[in-house]
Formats: sequence, structure tokens, C-alpha cells
Amino acid sequence: MTALLLGQQDQIQAPLDIPGIEWSLMWPLLILSIGGVLLITITSLVPSTRHRGFPAGATAALGITSLFFLPWMSDRVAESEGRRLFIVADALVVDGFTIWVTAVICVSLALVALLLDDYLRREGLDGPEWYVLLLMSASGGILLASAEDLIVAFLGLEILSIAVYVLAALHLRRSDSQEAGFKYFTLGALSSAIFLYGIALTYGATGSTRLTDIGTAINSVGARGLVPSEDSSLILVAMALLIVGFGFKVSAAPFHIWTPDVYEGAPTPVVAFMASVVKVAGFAGLLRVFVVGFGGLHADWRPLLAAMAVLTLLVGAFLALVQTNIKRMLAYSSITHAGFMLVGVHAAGSPTEATAILGGNAVLFYMLAYSLMAIGTFGVVTVVGRQGDGDHHLDAYKGLARRSPVLAVFLGFLLFAQSGVPFTSGFFAKFRVIAASADAEQYGLAAVAMVAAVIGAFLYLRVVVAMFMGDPEDNHDTDDDDAEAPVRVNLPIPLAVLVAVGLCVLGTLVLGLVPGVVADALGDGGSSLGR
Amino acid sequence: MLAAEAATESVAFPILPALIVVPLVTALLIALIPSSRVEYLKLAALTGSSIAGAMSAYVLVAFEVSNGGLQFVSQTTWVEELGLSWFLAVDGISLFLVVLTGLLFPIAIVATEPHHDPKPYYMWLMLLMAGSFGVFMALDLLLFFLFFEIVLVPMYFLIGGWGHGRRIYAALKFFLYTMAGSALMLVGIVSLAFLTARNTGDPVTFDVTALAEAQALGTTAQRLIFLSFAMAFAVKVPLFPVHTWLPDAHTEAPTAGSVILAGVMLKLGTYGFVRFGVYLFPQAAHDLAPIFFTLGTIGIVYGAIAATMQKDLKRLVAYSSVAHLGFIVIGVFSMNNQGLEGAILQMVNHGISTGALFILVGWIYERRHTRQISELSGLQKPAPILAAAFTWVMFSSIGLPGLNGFPGEFLILLGGFSAARWWTVIAVSGVILAALYLLWAYQRVFHGEATGDNADMPDLRFSEGMAILPLLLLIVFMGVYPKPVLDRIEPAVDVLIEHVSLNVDGFEEPEPDRIEPAGVPELTEALEKGESHGDDHSDDHSDDDHSDDDHSEEEGEG
Repeated sequence: MTALLLGQQDQIQAPLDIPGIEWSLMWPLLILSIGGVLLITITSLVPSTRHRGFPAGATAALGITSLFFLPWMSDRVAESEGRRLFIVADALVVDGFTIWVTAVICVSLALVALLLDDYLRREGLDGPEWYVLLLMSASGGILLASAEDLIVAFLGLEILSIAVYVLAALHLRRSDSQEAGFKYFTLGALSSAIFLYGIALTYGATGSTRLTDIGTAINSVGARGLVPSEDSSLILVAMALLIVGFGFKVSAAPFHIWTPDVYEGAPTPVVAFMASVVKVAGFAGLLRVFVVGFGGLHADWRPLLAAMAVLTLLVGAFLALVQTNIKRMLAYSSITHAGFMLVGVHAAGSPTEATAILGGNAVLFYMLAYSLMAIGTFGVVTVVGRQGDGDHHLDAYKGLARRSPVLAVFLGFLLFAQSGVPFTSGFFAKFRVIAASADAEQYGLAAVAMVAAVIGAFLYLRVVVAMFMGDPEDNHDTDDDDAEAPVRVNLPIPLAVLVAVGLCVLGTLVLGLVPGVVADALGDGGSSLGR
Repeated sequence: MLAAEAATESVAFPILPALIVVPLVTALLIALIPSSRVEYLKLAALTGSSIAGAMSAYVLVAFEVSNGGLQFVSQTTWVEELGLSWFLAVDGISLFLVVLTGLLFPIAIVATEPHHDPKPYYMWLMLLMAGSFGVFMALDLLLFFLFFEIVLVPMYFLIGGWGHGRRIYAALKFFLYTMAGSALMLVGIVSLAFLTARNTGDPVTFDVTALAEAQALGTTAQRLIFLSFAMAFAVKVPLFPVHTWLPDAHTEAPTAGSVILAGVMLKLGTYGFVRFGVYLFPQAAHDLAPIFFTLGTIGIVYGAIAATMQKDLKRLVAYSSVAHLGFIVIGVFSMNNQGLEGAILQMVNHGISTGALFILVGWIYERRHTRQISELSGLQKPAPILAAAFTWVMFSSIGLPGLNGFPGEFLILLGGFSAARWWTVIAVSGVILAALYLLWAYQRVFHGEATGDNADMPDLRFSEGMAILPLLLLIVFMGVYPKPVLDRIEPAVDVLIEHVSLNVDGFEEPEPDRIEPAGVPELTEALEKGESHGDDHSDDHSDDDHSDDDHSEEEGEG
């Protein structure tokens, strides 16, 4: 990487120019990263703050505080020329897209922090390092989403990922967790290397790592065919490598193999984080790099993405059917959701501007909707997993409706939302993707997505059956009063988890009943990816 | 055009949204009542559903008889950016389905009680009621789809939670079949809206009237999108060969679930064919009608034969639904006045008589804990009132003249005969087969010696008699004097037929002066006098449409 940076500097052939930094437009990034540093400092110096919810509260507060700067940033962006601001020597861009993704990441961070608090106390793992890593990772996600330069994108991707590798392995007493962390790290490091190689080749082909310049370079030499053949193959290989890198992060097939294992082994609140923040940031990076940077090559990458989307949808939907571990089921369901979002990204790459905006909006809305559904779902799974974080077999959910009606109702609602039942955000997320896809005249892709959604629904129904209707095998000959729980275990719901899951349910419902509430922010986000 | 006319007529009190809100609020209230106060739970559900039912009756009374357009329009923008609006209205096509929903829910609540967990049971029923009202009133295509899908959830829980035997299998099958059918409809809806917007240059809208007026699709696109809709409706109707969920779902569902499923939810498919098939895609519906004639006819014959073979009384009734709905599909796709009016009338009649049959079978099951025909015998002796009620409803289901099954079926056959002669000829056999399977079942269950437990089966209680009485009276009323109902259906059907004839190339509408004599007023006379008069009409009428006959003969032979 040093060589790359040096190379870049050679080309500029000017004395190092210290760029002016617009600190005020980087507030969320600064709050999260500096907050993380402060948190570990304070908890080290004042040991009494290590426990009793202080780190969790602080993390949630930092995430929510960041949100308050977003309207102000949004005003600044609205006043600016072209509705986007390039800051820090054009390394970062602040526009509607950045603001939307930052908001989703901050909300997710706060909710995950609430889930983590009780989990750590229950498992006897209390400590501030979890929260510091969460904060770091989230700031990496924001960096990735606002990166205007591939090097910065890589930086963001690594900050995002490395913290999560550690988090996945941080449950010291579960070997599953260690294994998950190790697997995630090995495959993640490989994908990072591939991604970096893609950046290098892109630089070689276009002479820049800045997305806007890459876009200009690709457009100015014109479409493929006008470029000298070796350059053309270079940029195509670079593009393919970048797709692999992102494909791994968003767990798109065929780069999804790690997902079920890591989801199964990693601590459940961390899985909630992976399904929300990591996925959101990955898709944000994918959208920005491919729509802004490689938009001119859409004829090359869109078919590739379509094929990946179909594969992802079908793999997620079919393999989910045979799982009996709820975390593995949800891992495959998250793969299916990634497939839906890929369909949206595919539409966002359309050369027609209206379609591209629809597609961008669809992915952005999906990010928010899925983050809330996933955090809520894993929140319930955290509680049902009980001490040791091991009760994740489908059997643990038998008769949950009688043992803990609140949890069962919440989980049931979130699962129906994930399957896309009307009047939930899940429906509108899918609807927007289908609409964008239909507008791009990709009816086949839309049809595959819907079929996958139906197959996927079976998975959610299985869990609902277990919770509300007892076990089909045991009770098929009785009529009434048979959904008796096999083990009557008291499942106390910690307040913080109740609040977090309750907020997720509320958000899912509100977005399903009045999806227009986010229309303005969403419109700014989707339309700011113009090229 | 319709929308513009309708908008001026909107009434002050938003009665249609209130129809959805009242059951929803009732569901919330039920949630607040402690589970231990069972009697309050039932009372709340009954009160809420009765208020909603009374409101639907008010809609019926306040409905302008001769107006074929949309009435009680209530339209609010929902998601501006996506072109969605909360557009509710009724016309002659949906009016009676709304009223039927308002009628069957209170009756289903009175007639049966859940065996356990009454609280969630009543909540799901109330949510189902809200969704059922919504689905018949929604005139925004996406809103319709939302209601169409959301009613699956309460029904899924009702079957899976309070059903019998293989209830979980039945619930899953029901949910997945219907969802699979409608998955492609969403793609179809979105494609229709976006293609129309692109071809007309207007902003994207899901307003059914606007989309129907626009008719901006090419032939292939129209057919494909029509088929994506038809798939969803065919599963719901259900048409052969996607009917297999129905016997399972009906048999395993609790009585109230079966009543609503047969009475209200099956109508979603046929109603969908009228409102969103024929109205939105007249050309495609006209071109592809032979497919649906064929499937409808197969359904009639197959459903009847399968019903004859059933050992389970409830399953028999379920298969009879497959046969009855086959008639309705033939009526819809004949795309003429008699056929469509008959289809809409028959939707209501089937709801009443099959709903009543399921209630009666449910009571037999409650008393005897079996539905196996072979284990029941001679019930007539210990339970004469139940037997009388069953006979009454059974004759209505067979289509005996003078009861409600007759006018609808007769109109459908009349309409079908002029549009699809040979299919209808085969379909008529369904009437005879219906007599066969129902009378044979009656004979085995109610006649003979009351052996074993059958001998001390208690008869109907007073409250049960009161619950079924409204249905019995309606069966007679609508059989003897269907005119008030037809008067309200006809203008809407006329509007629809006019729309179809404007938008279908080579649509052979029967000559207006030829069709009038067979129209409503004289038809009712004909019905009262007996069959012979009506037969004359159908003969007259088909002789005049030579081209049409040739057409159908060719296809019949081919």
C-alpha cells in the first residue's frame, strides 16, 4: 500500500500539500472514533465505569449524538453546488447518500449496544473493549460509505472488518466463537487482498484511485472497444476483483460460504451487528464504487451482478430450508436479503437516470428496513439463546408463545416482516426493489427474487409454527391445548433488550404503514449517486 | 372517467375506512381484556363485528341503485413518491361481497367457540375481518395486493392454531400456495404500472380506474401480466390444478375459519378475475378465456366427482366449493351481462350456503367428534331441527329453484351458453352431480338407524338456531326474489361490459335489444315461472349469434 501511495505522489509531482480539512462535515466519523478512544481511556482510568451499563450507554449515546449532526450536514449539502461536498483533499464525499448510510449505521450501532449490554453481563464477559470495537467498526463503515477514493474505501473496509473479526472471536469461553472469528478473519483477509489487488489494477488502467476520475477516465476513452485491448482487460479484471471483495463483505453467493458458520459461532449481538452495519457499509461501498466509479462499464458489471443476484437468492432460499439451527437459518435468510439488495444495485447501475435513482433508493431503503428487522430478530435470539449462547436449535423455540408471549410476538412479527408481509417495512423494501427492477425491464430478475421470497417464507413459517403451534410431529392427533412447551424455562427479558427490540418492531411497523416518512432523506440519498 | 364521476359523490362520513378501522380497534380492545374473562372476549368480538356488519348494511341501504360507478369513494394519497393512494370505494360488483363479509363474521363468531386461547383467536378473526373488508374495497392496485396478502396471516394462525388433525400442514400449505401464486402478481402489478406510465407519459399510478382507462400495453405484455394476475387468482379460487390446498385447509380449519375461508376468501379469486382481470386486461381476458372455460369446467366435473368419493363430510363440502367456483369462473369469462351478473350473484350465494353448510358440519363434529360419513347415521331422529336446516341448505347448494343457488347458476349457464356453448353443456352436468353427492351424503348421515352414539346426539340449541336462521332466510329470499340484488349488480356490470366492448377488438357483444329481454326483470319472472321460459331465451339468443357459436364450436371440437 505504501508503494501505491508513493506512486500516486510521484505522479502528482508536487510538494506535499497539506489539505484543508472540513472537520465540521466529519462529525459522525469523529464522534464515533474519538468516542471510542475516550471510552477505553475513561474506563481504564476509572475502573468503576467499566460495569453497570456505562460503556453500553455511552456507545448508544455516541451513536444517537451523531444523528443530531446529520440534518445540519444535510443543509450544508443542499446549499452546495451539485448537492455534494468533497472534503479532505477529495478523499471523502458528503452527500445525501453518505448522510443516509451514516444514519442507518448510527441507529444500528445504538441498538446493538443495547443488545450487547445484558449479553455480556449474562455471559460474564463484561468489558469496555466490545463497545470500543463496535465504535471503531462503525466509524470504518461510515468511512467506507463516504469514500471518494478507493484507498480510503479500502481503509474503511479494513477498519470495519478487523474490529468485527475480533468481536466474532471475543466470546472467550466458546470454542465456536473462536472458530468463527478465525474463519471470518482468514477468508476476510483473503478478500481484502483481492480487493486491494483490484484497486491496484484500477489505478494501473485509469491512472487514478479517485472514483470521479476513474469514472471520467472510463467514460472519456469511451466504451469498451475504444480502449486499447490490454487496458480494457486490465480494467475488467480490476472490476471483477472489486466485485469479489465486496461480494465477500455483503455475503453474496458464491462468496457466502463463511456466513452460516460465522453467524452460528459468533456472539449473537455481534451477529446482529454484522447483519446490519457490516452489510449496510458493504452495500454502500459497492453502490458508490460501481455506480460512480465504474458506471461507464455498466454493460460489463451488471450482467455479472445479475448472475450473482440470482445465485445468491436461490442459494439463500433453498439452503435455509434444511437448517435446524436458528442462527444458520437467519444467516441464509440474510443471504437471500443480500440477493434482493443486489437486484436493487443492478437497477441502480442502469444508464437511465430515473431507473438508477429508483434502484439506489430501493437499496437504501432496504438497508434501513433490513437492519431494523435483523437487529430485532437477533435481539430475540440473544435472549432465547440463554446463558452460554448455545440454545439456538429450532426446538428452543417450541412453545415460546406460552413461555414468553412478548418475545414470541416480537419475533413472529419480525419474521413475517422479513418474509415481506404487507404493512411492514419488509414489504416496501421488496416492493421498491421489484419496482426498480421492473423499471429497468428486468422482469426475469424480479420474478426470481419473488420466487426466492416465497421459498424463504417457509423458513420463517417454520419458526412461527414452532413458537405458536407447538411441534407438528408430537401433536398431530390432538386438537386443543397441545402447544405445551417441552421445557418450561423462565425467560426474563432484560429492559435494554426489550427497548431495542421494541424500537426495531416499531420502526418496522412505521416504515410499513407510512413509508413516506423517510421519503425526503431517501430521495436525497438515491439521487446523489449521479455520474 | 369512473374516478372523476365518483370523486364528486364522496360522502361526508368515511364509512368505508371505518369498516376497516372498527374491527382493528376491536382487536386492540380484545388485547386489553384479560384472558381470563372469556365471556367479555366473545362479547367484544361480537359487538365489534356486529357494528362493522351494521355499517356494511348501511352501505347497502345508502347505495344508489341505478348508479354503475364507484360510490362512497375515499381517496387519500399514501406514498406520493411511489404513486400509492388509499383508494377505497364500492360498486355493484363489490357491494354484496362487502355485505357478505359483514354478515358472515358475526355469525361465525356466534356459531362456534374456540377450544382454547380465545383471546388471540378473536383477535385474529377481527384482523381477518378488517383485511377482508379492505380487499373488496381497495381500488388502488397495490393496496389491493397488500390486503390480498395480509389476510393470509390471520387465516394461517386460525388454521394452524385452532384447527384439527393435520392443521400445521394445512396452514403451511395454504400460506405457501397462496403466497407463491401472488408472488408473480406483484411483479405483474409493478410492471403494469410502470409500463403504463412509460407508454402514456403520466406519472406512475396504481389507481385501478386510471390503469383500466389507459389500456396502454401491447398484446404480449398484456397477456403476460394478465397471466401473472390470473395465477394468483387461480390459486385463490381455486382452479384445477392448483386447488389441492383447499380440501386440506377447509377440512383442518376451525369452523369459523372454514366459514370465512369458503364464504369470503375464495371470492377473492373470482372477484379478482372480474375486477382486475376482465376490467384491467379486457383483451387478454377475452383472448385467453378458453383456458379458463376449460379449467372451470374441469373444476366443476372433477370437484363434483371428488366430492362424491369423500369419506369426510367436511372434505365433501370443501370439494363442492371447487365445483361451485368453477361455475363462477365460467360466468366471469363469458363476459356478457348474464354471465357476469350470475357470477357475482353466485359468489354471494355460495358464501351464504357453503358458510351455512360448514357451520352445520361444525356442529355435527362438535357433538359427535367425528366427521367420517361412515360413523354417522340416522341423525335425523335425534336431531330433527339440525336435519331440517341441513336439508334446507343442501337444496340451496344443489341449486334447487326457489332457493338461492338457482338464479346465479342459471344466469351463469345462460351467459356461458352464448359465449362458450360446449363447455357449458359439460358444466351443466355439475348441477346433476351436485344433487348426487349431497343427497347421497345426506342419506348416509341422516337417514337410517341411529346407531351407537348417534342415537343421543343433541339437537340444535336455541342460540344455534338463531345463529343459522338469518342464513336460512336469506337462502329463501335470494332464491325467490333476487331482483333487488340484481338491480344493484346490473348497472356496474353494464359499465364493465361497455368498457370491455370498447377495448376488445372483435368483441361480439350481443345486440342490445336482443339481450334486454333476457335481462333482469323478465328473468326474475322466468325464474319464478320455472325453467322452460328461460330455455327459450337462451335458444333465441344463441341462434342470433352465429359467428359466436361457430367460434366456440370450433374451439370445442379442437
